[in-house]
Amino acid sequence: MSEQQRIEPTYPKNRATIGGPRLGPVGWARWAWRQLTSMRTALALLLLLAVAAIPGSIFPQRGVDPARVRSYMQDRPELSRWLDRFSLFDVYSSPWFASIYLLLMISLVGCIIPRLRAHLKAMQAPPPRTPSRLSRMPVHREAVVDADPSAVIAAARAELGRRRYRLRQEPEGAVVVASEKGYLKETGNLVFHVALLGVIVSVAAGSLFGWRGEIIIKEGEAWTAGAGTFDTLNLGPLVDEDDIPAFTLRLDQLDVEFESEATGAQFGAPRRFSGVATVQEQGQEATSEEFAVNAPLAVGTTSMYLLGNGYAPIVTVRDADDEVLFSDAVTFLPQDNTYSSEGVIKVTGRDPGLGFVGGFLPTFSADPEIGMTSSFPGLADPTLVLTAFEGDLFPEGRAQSVFSIETDEMDQVMLDEDTPISMLLRPQDTYELPDGTVIEFEDVVRWGGMLVRHDPGRMPALIFAGLALLGLVLMLGVRRRRVFVRVAGGDGATEQGERHTGVSVAGLPKGTDPGLEDLVEQVLAHIVSTVDTPRAAGARDEDER
Amino acid sequence: MTDPTLAQASDFAIWGAIVVLALAMLAFSVHLAVTGARTERKAGSSLPEPVMAGAGAARTNDPADRSTDGPTERPATRGWGVIGLQLTWLATFAVIAGTTLRALSVNRAPLGNMYEFALVTAGFALLVYSVWSLRKDRLWLGAFVVVPVLAILGAAKIWWYTEASQLMPALDNIWLIIHVTIATLSIALFTIGAALAIAYLWRDRAETKGEGTVRGWLAALPSSVKLERITYGLHVFAFPLWTFALISGAIWAEQAWGRYWGWDPKETWTFVIWVVYAAYLHARATSGLTTRKATWVAVAGFGCIIINYTVVNLLMTGLHSYSGVAT
Repeated sequence: MSEQQRIEPTYPKNRATIGGPRLGPVGWARWAWRQLTSMRTALALLLLLAVAAIPGSIFPQRGVDPARVRSYMQDRPELSRWLDRFSLFDVYSSPWFASIYLLLMISLVGCIIPRLRAHLKAMQAPPPRTPSRLSRMPVHREAVVDADPSAVIAAARAELGRRRYRLRQEPEGAVVVASEKGYLKETGNLVFHVALLGVIVSVAAGSLFGWRGEIIIKEGEAWTAGAGTFDTLNLGPLVDEDDIPAFTLRLDQLDVEFESEATGAQFGAPRRFSGVATVQEQGQEATSEEFAVNAPLAVGTTSMYLLGNGYAPIVTVRDADDEVLFSDAVTFLPQDNTYSSEGVIKVTGRDPGLGFVGGFLPTFSADPEIGMTSSFPGLADPTLVLTAFEGDLFPEGRAQSVFSIETDEMDQVMLDEDTPISMLLRPQDTYELPDGTVIEFEDVVRWGGMLVRHDPGRMPALIFAGLALLGLVLMLGVRRRRVFVRVAGGDGATEQGERHTGVSVAGLPKGTDPGLEDLVEQVLAHIVSTVDTPRAAGARDEDER
Repeated sequence: MTDPTLAQASDFAIWGAIVVLALAMLAFSVHLAVTGARTERKAGSSLPEPVMAGAGAARTNDPADRSTDGPTERPATRGWGVIGLQLTWLATFAVIAGTTLRALSVNRAPLGNMYEFALVTAGFALLVYSVWSLRKDRLWLGAFVVVPVLAILGAAKIWWYTEASQLMPALDNIWLIIHVTIATLSIALFTIGAALAIAYLWRDRAETKGEGTVRGWLAALPSSVKLERITYGLHVFAFPLWTFALISGAIWAEQAWGRYWGWDPKETWTFVIWVVYAAYLHARATSGLTTRKATWVAVAGFGCIIINYTVVNLLMTGLHSYSGVAT
């Protein structure tokens, strides 16, 4: 960033004994500002930012996976307390991470503003004057021609103008040409850095004004959006619950396929998740929409993403009089890649309450070591494995998860003195409890876990990111060059009528510019060929090869 | 869906490429040794070759400095290098063939798991080097490119091998091709960039120690000033590509996971790499910092790339868990 703003302490180190100038508060503030906006500080902050981002990939993060943070804290409580003290479970919202990027942003602004001003000035100003001694330039070539100095100057101006160099206006009869090209380099640099700020502001706006909710929908089930209807809902600090648009969504169908041919790690890997839903926005016709992983469903300004899926066995419970106590698809949560799922069925329309606890195995397999398990995530041999509990399903009326039952206060339903009831149901199987209650496993449907998200910062962030990339390409791709031409001698003709006019062409690059020598040579060659053939070779062709 | 015959042919092509590359490595090494010895002898007999010690301003008016980036004297010693280059071309075709056969066997872009990413990265690195060598004399660079590519292919074969199979749905997107192609291309460029950076640091140390005269195989390399310039040029090319990989990854993440940035370990490390290389570009533009120090930042950036590809893919839990490697 700003290279010229480095302050080297030239004053004596121990000023107390020597005396000399002291910095007042304004002086110190200016010193601090210069330090902060110096390139060296920016560089240190950049490297610090890179290092500071790493712990977030080593330790689980609350913002990314809160469940893993909880289990990590359970496993290592002592270490976790210290980690938490340093915000290592919330690295990216921690004060120390924020302080690094805020300092970097300030440094960036402090660097951009003066450069912006300087660049605007440079864009309006003519190229600087031609230096008196071109031989001191980094790239320098010369030749002698038999031509009028004014013709050489005209040829040089024409050639540089043809190459789209900006030319400095010189008075009549001038023997120099000053030109510059590549202003876009600095423009790109500034666009890049301003766009980076734009990206950061967009991300911030997105988290302030955006919201996200999660919902599990079973096949055939309809759901109406609204603040109270989500399983979980996170609103940005500046979002009101009423801002959530009202629309209805019915999940008509969910297709899931798994790899069944390959062996090894790929066996059972998911191959397809897609679904069809009927969406109705307020005051509009209902439409049927397809969606999939990687192809979210857009409803107005919100997007719905299929992030999870699982099985929901349809279970019906009847009492001894064949009265239906319960009949519903019950969401079971997959526990591993084979979709061995766990869930509970709460039959409340009965006294005492009846609860079934157990697992759903899409492809049943009895392993001698680990017992009943699923060997494949697809529905090859769906099996429901349950045991039953009787008692108060909601002790003291406490709210509890729909995925678990507190069985401490309940009695397990027993077959006899020692054996608790355990049933293994295939579709259409029924099982009768000792009191005549019958449970039937009718069928199984799928459920989809949908993420519903509204992020107003999304588009601005993308646009600024695109601008940053454009700026970056200009900044690194365009070459800023100054080319100077000076003509010497050639006033009087020699006896043979020759005019020995010396032409010097010099180039001054900004940064690394390996192509500058070629350019200077080409410019010189073009000038020479326009005005005359060279007499004495200044362009050293021989030792170049 | 998958064709086992083609998949097997692909495996043979990759094994073949590894063998050919090993031979190319030998040839390039002999080339460096022979050229180095000859340059040294020449330097001893005539005036020592003026070399700009210390880095910094790449400014020189010496016309011999340009048009060839290789050492000025090199007839008769090119033989081994040319053999190395021809073998590298052969290996390039073998890797491309292996990757294509793999793609044909599964009817999709070969960008679905770690093994395939490694193949594509190696293919890009070889292709970039081979094409570059057609335009400029880059025989001295051969060994520096072939060694890391050999390491990538070897690791892919030994540790990351995955049976040819279909994509998981999270990967089935047009952005797979855009994002992963650009990411692998920029990693290939960064690999060559790191090879050049190490060559520069090595040569620069020798120049500083030898006060201008360089002995041994390092004499076969261009001067440190030129090496540094080429290193920078390559990074300048790779950095916007990496930026694009980052942005396209965010676009894809938005479609697949419902957010464009979520500090997933892979995202975090992509960001870390981007910041480190940005720091390299800044360090190089900072007056007062030697180019040596700046180049070390670039080497650190490549270290982050290695971590991103190995540790993050295999050990860290995140959404980018499609290495395909059973753990």
